[in-house]
Amino acid sequence: MTTIAAAPEASPYLREFESLERNGYGLHPQWLQTLRRDAIHAFTALGFPTARRGNEEWKYTDVRPIARAGFRLPTQSCHSESIEESIPNLASLGDPAWHRMVFVDGRFVPNLSSLPETITTANLADALHSHDSLIQKHLARHAPYRTHAFTALNTAFLHQGAFLRLPPDTALDHPLHLIYLSTTGEPHTLSQPRTLAVIGRGSKAAIVETYAGPDGTPYLSNAVSELVLEANASLDYYRLQQHGDEGYHVGTTQAVLGSGANFSSTTLDLGGSLVRNNLNALLDAPESGCALNGLYLAGETQKIDNQVVIDHAKPHTNSRELYKGILGGRARAAFHGSITVRKDAQKVDAKQEDKNLLLSDKAQVNVKPAFWIYADDVKCGHGAASGQIDENSLFYLQSRGIDQEQARRLLVRGFAQEIIDAIPNPTVKSLVNNLVEDKLPTL
Amino acid sequence: MLEIRDLHASVNDTPILRGVNLTVNAGEVHAVMGPNGSGKSTLAFVLAGRPGYEVTRGSAIYQSQDLLEMLPEDRARSGLFLSFQHPVEVPGVRLDQFLRAGFNALNKSRGLEELDPLKFDRLLRRRVKTVNVDPQMTRRSVNEGFSGGEKKRNEVLQMAVLEPRLTILDEPDSGLDVDALRSVAQSINGLRTDDNALLLVTHYQRILNYIVPDRVHVLVNGRIVKSGGKDLALEIEADGYDGYEDAANPTLAQTAAP
Repeated sequence: MTTIAAAPEASPYLREFESLERNGYGLHPQWLQTLRRDAIHAFTALGFPTARRGNEEWKYTDVRPIARAGFRLPTQSCHSESIEESIPNLASLGDPAWHRMVFVDGRFVPNLSSLPETITTANLADALHSHDSLIQKHLARHAPYRTHAFTALNTAFLHQGAFLRLPPDTALDHPLHLIYLSTTGEPHTLSQPRTLAVIGRGSKAAIVETYAGPDGTPYLSNAVSELVLEANASLDYYRLQQHGDEGYHVGTTQAVLGSGANFSSTTLDLGGSLVRNNLNALLDAPESGCALNGLYLAGETQKIDNQVVIDHAKPHTNSRELYKGILGGRARAAFHGSITVRKDAQKVDAKQEDKNLLLSDKAQVNVKPAFWIYADDVKCGHGAASGQIDENSLFYLQSRGIDQEQARRLLVRGFAQEIIDAIPNPTVKSLVNNLVEDKLPTL
Repeated sequence: MLEIRDLHASVNDTPILRGVNLTVNAGEVHAVMGPNGSGKSTLAFVLAGRPGYEVTRGSAIYQSQDLLEMLPEDRARSGLFLSFQHPVEVPGVRLDQFLRAGFNALNKSRGLEELDPLKFDRLLRRRVKTVNVDPQMTRRSVNEGFSGGEKKRNEVLQMAVLEPRLTILDEPDSGLDVDALRSVAQSINGLRTDDNALLLVTHYQRILNYIVPDRVHVLVNGRIVKSGGKDLALEIEADGYDGYEDAANPTLAQTAAP
């Protein structure tokens, strides 16, 4: 291995990588070993991104606490019984009818999982035997790691994860629920969930990613998902982030759309002390479209940062973005929506909106839209708003006998309703509805 | 039922009401007519308790209670209802849920049964029939995307559900064509009893063809300058408010004083 100039906070991760490589990571195919090595080099060279002037992508989110903490992959192998005790409400995280894959600290737990019989869903590490060339074609080819430190860190330790291959013209009957749990049996646990889904031509699926962990101890969950939609494929994608109150979460999702493909996403952020989501959609062929919605509910000193990057690479593509935040306490949120329309990508239709409801004077939100338009026949629009509860609405409700507190609750709930109503899958909708219902009183 | 004495009120430190006196008894319909800016809507909002409307002098006693001391929700619970001139759009809050919350708040304060969604839905369907609105309306967000006519009908539906003792109708006719006006007026008439009363605020006489008032009051420049029977409304329709404005102008009145 060549010596590289490492950013100081990256060295422990490099040492861990080297130790793992000596002890068995080498059993994987050569291309994967090369990929991981490449990624750890990238990570050590990049170091953690810090919020400083000129670093627009991380302008509002300071990841120094993550850099300083020195998170580590857990050493103990996990026992599912103890997991079941520590996560007593596993059933409540989803719907019994859904297909389920449970990962604890990034490791697949087969006996808590229930996989569909006819469709290929598997632990990534196992799928390498049967789908080596498909995985090699897509894994880490879409989510760039050479320029993104957290993606590099995840890729460097690539081992287990969720793999879904939906053959052409197939509909997955129920959502595939990927439950990524973090535990804190050891201090400063690092878990690195990884998802690769390849939705075949003309196929249709729903994927729900749940991220959760216990309160009271810091840990880092650094997730990367790559979603490939072949021509005319349709994917409804949900990220339900419910981390513990001291959890750190960085989640990167890269969707790549073929011609006529349809991608919808709903990003729900409820937990975590510091959360950064990078959602990237590449509209790589004509007539593809995406609808990206988000709802972030934050109180106390929570920090939630959503960066959504849409790349209209081809003509006749459309995108819709609607993010809403409800912020109480001293919570801080950022929304950074970037839309690129490449040269010759004519007839693009893109609309972006971010609205925030501030329940306290100390809560704060930064909204930063960015448009990079290199074609001339396009329709792009954006809107941003943030404010307190509308006094007129409040009085209207009170004038019907509803007391002020209940009126506020109804109005706050109503603000979130637009995102919930837009959820295509009814069982996901009802789950999200309950999650929001539980979270709102704490704001 | 309602006794207003020498009521003065300001908005943003600008005096709007300058000594209103008005008595409304059970079973009566009172019309308050006046030109734009005379204080009609202010009177309605002050009685309903809208924040930002500061009472500087006078009193309003409603069923032996000091109305002006009560919270807006408590006024509603004691049977006061304001039909808004411009009903507020409340995105994400469904009309049936909104109405059930109001209905149950009223019932709870009176020690009556609070209805679960199923029971309330049955009651709501009966009221929907009574006031002749589209049943689908109750599944939509409150007033969101409603036409002007739908908003007015929705106010009447709310009135039918909450069954107030005193209803203040703030320009229930504005923005309605003749057919819609007649229909809304008929619905309101259908809700009248000997025990309840209407205080109807309007610029134009035409709605009074359908909702016939016992008393008509002319409000100009924050004061009631003339009261009379229903014929007074016809006089105003014929002659306009011009003749009343000089009488109500306090500066002129002072100059004229010896």
